[in-house]
Amino acid sequence: MGARSARSRNLRDLTSPTALTAIAVAAVTLAAGCSSSTSAPGGGNVNSANQPKNPTLVITANDISGGKNAAEADWITKTLIPDFVKAEAAKGITASVTFRPNGVDDNAYKSKLALDLQSGTGDDVFALDGIWVGEFADAGYLKPLADVAGTQVNDWDGWKQIPNAVQALGEYQGKRYGVPNGTDGRVVFYNKKLFAQAGLPADWQPKSWQDIYDAADKLKTLSGVTPIQWDGGVPMGEATTIQGFLPLLAGAGGSLYDADKGKWLKPGKAFTDALGFYQKVYATGGYGDSVLQQDAKGRDKSFAEFAAGKIGIYAESDYMWRSVLNPSGGTAPMADRNTGVGYALIPAETPGSGVRDQDFVSYSGGSDWSINPKTKYPQAAWDFLAFMNSKAETESRIGGAAKITARADVNQDVLAGDPMLKLVSEKVLPITSFRPSQAAYNDVSALVQKAVAAVVGGTGPAEAAAAYEKGLEALVGAGSVAGGS
Amino acid sequence: MTMRDTTTGAVVTKIGRYTFLSVLLGFFALPMLWLASAPFNAHPTLNVSISSFTLHNFSVLLKDPYALPSLWNSLLLAGGTALLTVGFAAAAAYALSRVRVPGRDGILYALLLLSSIVTGTAAMVPLFQLAFKLHLIDSRLGVILVFTGGLIPAAIFILKDFTDSTPKSYEESARVFGATPFQIIRHIVLPLIRPGPVVNVWGSFLIPYILVRNPDKYPAAVVLYTFYTEGGQPNLALISAFSLLYSIPVILLYLFVSHRYGFRFHGGIKR
Amino acid sequence: MARAASPAAAEDPAGLGRARAAGIAAPALLVVLAFLVFPALWTLYLGTTNYRLTGFAARHPHSVGTDNYTNVVKDPAFHHSLWLTFEYVLGSAVIGQALLGFVIAWMLRDAAGWLKRLVEALVLLAWILPSSVVAFLWVALLDRDAGTLNTLLHTPGTAWAIEHPMSTIIVFNIWRGTAFSMLLYSAALTGVPPSQLATARMFGANQWQQLRDVVFPHIRGHILTNLLLISLWTFNDFTPYQITAGGPDDKSDILPVYIYRTALFDGQMGLGAAISLLMLVINLVVALVYLRLLRERRLERVV
Repeated sequence: MGARSARSRNLRDLTSPTALTAIAVAAVTLAAGCSSSTSAPGGGNVNSANQPKNPTLVITANDISGGKNAAEADWITKTLIPDFVKAEAAKGITASVTFRPNGVDDNAYKSKLALDLQSGTGDDVFALDGIWVGEFADAGYLKPLADVAGTQVNDWDGWKQIPNAVQALGEYQGKRYGVPNGTDGRVVFYNKKLFAQAGLPADWQPKSWQDIYDAADKLKTLSGVTPIQWDGGVPMGEATTIQGFLPLLAGAGGSLYDADKGKWLKPGKAFTDALGFYQKVYATGGYGDSVLQQDAKGRDKSFAEFAAGKIGIYAESDYMWRSVLNPSGGTAPMADRNTGVGYALIPAETPGSGVRDQDFVSYSGGSDWSINPKTKYPQAAWDFLAFMNSKAETESRIGGAAKITARADVNQDVLAGDPMLKLVSEKVLPITSFRPSQAAYNDVSALVQKAVAAVVGGTGPAEAAAAYEKGLEALVGAGSVAGGS
Repeated sequence: MTMRDTTTGAVVTKIGRYTFLSVLLGFFALPMLWLASAPFNAHPTLNVSISSFTLHNFSVLLKDPYALPSLWNSLLLAGGTALLTVGFAAAAAYALSRVRVPGRDGILYALLLLSSIVTGTAAMVPLFQLAFKLHLIDSRLGVILVFTGGLIPAAIFILKDFTDSTPKSYEESARVFGATPFQIIRHIVLPLIRPGPVVNVWGSFLIPYILVRNPDKYPAAVVLYTFYTEGGQPNLALISAFSLLYSIPVILLYLFVSHRYGFRFHGGIKR
Repeated sequence: MARAASPAAAEDPAGLGRARAAGIAAPALLVVLAFLVFPALWTLYLGTTNYRLTGFAARHPHSVGTDNYTNVVKDPAFHHSLWLTFEYVLGSAVIGQALLGFVIAWMLRDAAGWLKRLVEALVLLAWILPSSVVAFLWVALLDRDAGTLNTLLHTPGTAWAIEHPMSTIIVFNIWRGTAFSMLLYSAALTGVPPSQLATARMFGANQWQQLRDVVFPHIRGHILTNLLLISLWTFNDFTPYQITAGGPDDKSDILPVYIYRTALFDGQMGLGAAISLLMLVINLVVALVYLRLLRERRLERVV
């Protein structure tokens, strides 16, 4: 260990300017983290009584006015920050808060966030995707919120409103690293007009994969219609994993990672069954457009095709409803979305075969807000997080637009007007699963995408699963892989 | 050139040549049709058509807080980089081609090769840390210097080849008439190198994005990438319209350089 | 300074002198040292570590010696990628751009003014448009359902970028980069003395003979410079990612795309840096070949 840490110290000289201090701080933090989680530097001595009276905070997210997530960016600058400053002023604190927009590709944002945090600067409060929590925590870019801002974090009343499953979005190894601010759920969308033409019911709810195949068989009789779009290509990236594969895996009773054992799972029957679904849709059944899955713009194009009434069944998240098909402001708007598009829960392979013996399954993602462990104003940063995730501010964030938040009380109020999102909030979230918050997830997901793409391209499920197993062992080491599901 | 053949062979050659040029024009023009149509379409898709003509996309961009300023930022970055690259490289190339330095070519090739590493994604961390150490984060100068460092070797290389082959006699005669080496460089080689750095910088996303923090300083290449949804779907209306705006300065530059310099060497140099 | 005296006069006709030459070159040297050599060496150093942008290896990177290199060299995906890159450079730069660029420059040398301006403008436009814009243009051109090309050729439903990924990016890069060769050759062609061409014509030399005997000997150095630069640029060109994303099934996974996916998507900076060095070595080989050819040219000239 001695030789190794000396070596990492040298490396650290080159990868970070404040090498020795960083190592020392990290060591102290680690030691502190082991003994008691409240005495970390930076946040350990947080005491709301003697906090600075003029905190300055910079907050950042992958939002930008006029571009990506514009509504949230505008809300932050025009509503949230002024509200917060006012609320702090009432407590006798003069806070000055600025928002730093980004609004680019998520991977680029992630890289920049990592570079900033690594250099020991970085903004005080930032948004991050739930699946980054593990790798950021491992890298030391994030610390448990309670270590940064004190025990008050766990006393926050907002936690009671966030379902445990959703809280998992901000957790890693049993500790809270971030406050989730929203989530989503996967369902099966279908085009009611095409369903009527094919003699299928308007209120369709498949109970098994076979029901989906049966509907696809009828849709196949319509000319110019692709019965099913089930994301299955490498260019679609994470969409293929979370939208396509994982709900199938869950429907066959499997998962990628065993959190109790702390191990990745070898591909077993559930894995090959899920790949078998792809084989049926794209190869043997001829229900899907396999070329579209390989298209570099395949996801954009399949959205456009669904909006144009050329796709019958489409597995997607509520994002498709809110941001793609939305007649006002969607990227592929569908004027008759509210009447023309149906949605159903994703069935397990057969009733009861899903994870936790469920009949229906789903997967969810979402993002968190967290605090830079190096912030000078941990108290103000936490106040800001708690304030922004309060009921009133969460309601104001989503404004008139329906969107699933992390808070059950808000969802209950605002989703009443949107039956689709109401369904997700009430029926999907209780049965949903979340991706493992592990640093290796990203790479494992890439392996999944390769396996799926291989099957879509004609390879047999068993062969693709074997290649996945080999890749998984090479990636995480055979010792981190356990018998499969 | 003064002789005009009227034989059938010449006619066939001529027909062949014009056919070739027409195909060539088609090949180069075809992909650009989308840029001419999509920005004016209310709901642009990937096909070339103006089904519903509108200028709405542009009026949205005019109101965007970052779109137009980003074009100015791009001009600053590209202009600064062009100035530094061409100035520094021309001086260095001139010095190198006129004074014998041992191992000159070897060094130059080594630099050219190293530049391929720095322009790659893998250099992201060192470049960021370097800029951080030098307090060049969120500074336009930082971005300019990083670009300049990467572009100088190629610039020297191009320039040197021509300063090498510039006849000494021309230079000598120019000196007789009182021209300084810099004047010679300006008249001879700038027109060729000018568009290189400009174009390179104009299209670059990753370096400016990680080095710049304040979006008020984003160049257009970064802003172009913000016209996507949370799920990564492009807003084709804004992207196509902004692409057009974003291309206009480059086209204007071309027209200017082409008008002023003919985009080539001055014809005065003959052996 | 002493060296700049009489024996060196032939080497220094501009009368610069060593000290002044060093002074003139200094700014370029400083910037190159700080912003090119230093980060490049640092990147190479990262290539010997397991450094990542996030995760445990970001906090505690440690040296892995040459593991990154051996892993990459053993990786079949890397071999595949290397071969594709070779095809890409050879097809689009060495053959495509250089040849087309020369042909255009040669044909336009005495073409009518308007025609010359039109052709040059279009070719240049393809070169100077921002790459993100250009990527959209090509995606729209090649689109399976609504693409201009399918409409034009009456080949509905042909997914060009998926059925012929390598040809697609090769043709794309010819379109994209021919302008540089065209510019360089038309500049070089003005250096060919018209009197020699006229003499050759007087002796009845046809176009090919004129090119072979008069033009090529004059511009050979420029050809080599051009080939070197466009090869290196193409070798490191990342734009095809925006058109085919390296797919389908990695069929257009050229090296810059491979690195990008390793470094940015997977955040494996150490590995990405190692591949960068391997690319540098390949670049070096390419450069050495050209350098050798260039030296032969010089010798020929002396003879």
